[in-house]
Amino acid sequence: MNRLSRGAEAVMPPPGRRSRAGVEATLLVGGGIVAAITVLALVSLVWTPYDVGEINATERLATSSARHWLGTDKFGRDVVSLLMVGSRTTLLVGLVSVGVAAVIGVPLGILAAMVPKWWGEVLMRANDLLLAFPALLLAIMLTAVHGQGVVTAMIAIGISSIPSFARVVRSGAIGVMKTEYVVAARAAGRRPIAIALRHVLPNVGSLVIVQASVSFAIAVLAEAALSYLGLGAPPGTPSWGRMLQEGQELLFVAPRLEVFPGVAIALAVLGFNLLGDGLRDHFDPRLEDRR
Amino acid sequence: MLLRIAERTAVLLVSLGVSSALVFGFMVLLPGDPARVALGVNATEADVSRLRLEFGLERPLVEQYLSWVGGLVHLDPGISYVSRAQIGPQIADRLQVSLILVAASMTIAVALALPFGTLMAVHHRKASGLVLSALSQVGVAVPAFLAGILLITVFAVQLRWLPASGWTPPAYDPGMFLQQLLLPALSLGLVQGAVLTRYVRSAVLDVLREDFLRTARAKGLTPMRALVRHGLRNAAVPVVTVLGLQLATLLVGAVVIERVFVIPGLGSLLLDAVGNRDLIVVQDVVMVLVVAVLIVNFVVDLLYLAIDPRLRTVAR
Repeated sequence: MNRLSRGAEAVMPPPGRRSRAGVEATLLVGGGIVAAITVLALVSLVWTPYDVGEINATERLATSSARHWLGTDKFGRDVVSLLMVGSRTTLLVGLVSVGVAAVIGVPLGILAAMVPKWWGEVLMRANDLLLAFPALLLAIMLTAVHGQGVVTAMIAIGISSIPSFARVVRSGAIGVMKTEYVVAARAAGRRPIAIALRHVLPNVGSLVIVQASVSFAIAVLAEAALSYLGLGAPPGTPSWGRMLQEGQELLFVAPRLEVFPGVAIALAVLGFNLLGDGLRDHFDPRLEDRR
Repeated sequence: MLLRIAERTAVLLVSLGVSSALVFGFMVLLPGDPARVALGVNATEADVSRLRLEFGLERPLVEQYLSWVGGLVHLDPGISYVSRAQIGPQIADRLQVSLILVAASMTIAVALALPFGTLMAVHHRKASGLVLSALSQVGVAVPAFLAGILLITVFAVQLRWLPASGWTPPAYDPGMFLQQLLLPALSLGLVQGAVLTRYVRSAVLDVLREDFLRTARAKGLTPMRALVRHGLRNAAVPVVTVLGLQLATLLVGAVVIERVFVIPGLGSLLLDAVGNRDLIVVQDVVMVLVVAVLIVNFVVDLLYLAIDPRLRTVAR
């Protein structure tokens, strides 16, 4: 196994080998969870059962009831409403950080495939170095100087996701560069930038979509951890990680306050992971089990 | 073989140099003066410039960088801007705690992943394999700190079997040490184990399809014996890669877990330093973690050579 394929192994989850029906089920479940969270987040923009800013001392730590389906927290805020508004933070951080990573990582990967091999290796080595700076460390460094905030978290998570995009795109683009139509385009005198946009980019699109889904799951995890540590969403911004942090002091009194946001985080990560797996198999022409 | 080792060592040294420059540059180039950050918003100009002078922040950046790296090489990471304490001994103490935690977690992860991953691969068409696959998929989706909170809820709050938090040095009270280590190590180990299981499964599945395994079966070996004799070494290369990456993930994951279980490790030191706005400590601890990650990668590279003789010649 050479260095290149080893790197690809490192960032790409193991390939699943499933039947067509299995792939469709995975896509359906993953897509369904993601769609449900997106719908909840969108609905929360216009309507939530209760106002999450409203502090209600008479209904502190209420258990599940018809009025509050999942009860209330220590300030008497409705947990369902908090979860709905929190999903906005999760999706926003995911979208922006994956966007940052893709906008920088994809051109970097294509560049590394198109320049002479030696330069590509140097680029990838530099890229690998970024892997030594996980999202959490970057975010902690940024926060130390800049103070906490959602933007800091998004930038840190985004930067730390660049290497996986660059690596996946490069490995795909190297294959594309060897195809006859690219060789023909080069022989015809097409400029490199035109080849990159017309031929390489569309052909690595599926890889980018799969990586985006996987990175989204990682971003959800990172945001939750950061907010839990008090380095992400500031007080007053509902976020699942923040709910976990606020609930921990009440662990002995109301453990359910930890369970609900916990389940939400796990479901979101599961959804994006399954979606990524499903999409990967969906785009994979060698789908049928080889045995 | 020697050439390969020399090549990897060179890569490690260059990486160490570049990443130290990155960490330093990152902390310096960001807006915000460490002295002012350390003293807070109410500090007078005179206080700030006195602190700047004391910690050599007035020197040219290159000089500051070189003296910082020089200190690190001599295992002297300097003095805290806030507490004026030596940082070196603190890092050494905390690092021990974090390393114990990481080692225990990794042991749990490997102990789970190798048997279950192999089982999942061998039984991948049966219901048992599917159930294990689904379980590992769920395990991957649960962040370690959440697993930690859930484990506390069950084993400390409900069942009262184990303490919810704290840390006792092993030399002081081994029994208490083990009790307090178990939950944090499990939270990290279970989640990493779930991730690792999926890689072990896919690596073993790949090997099961190989011709040499069919040959081994044709010679009359049982499936399990064929796998053990010929398969596992071949499955090891991708698994070792992931193990290395996971060790790095664990080092950083421990930062959060230490917060959950109130463990005085490197992560707590880092987060406290962020809270105290002690930028030099942040810079030092981040660098220690990055060095650890790079060294792990280096060791993984060397392990390849040990596992797979085909990699020992420089292929160009």
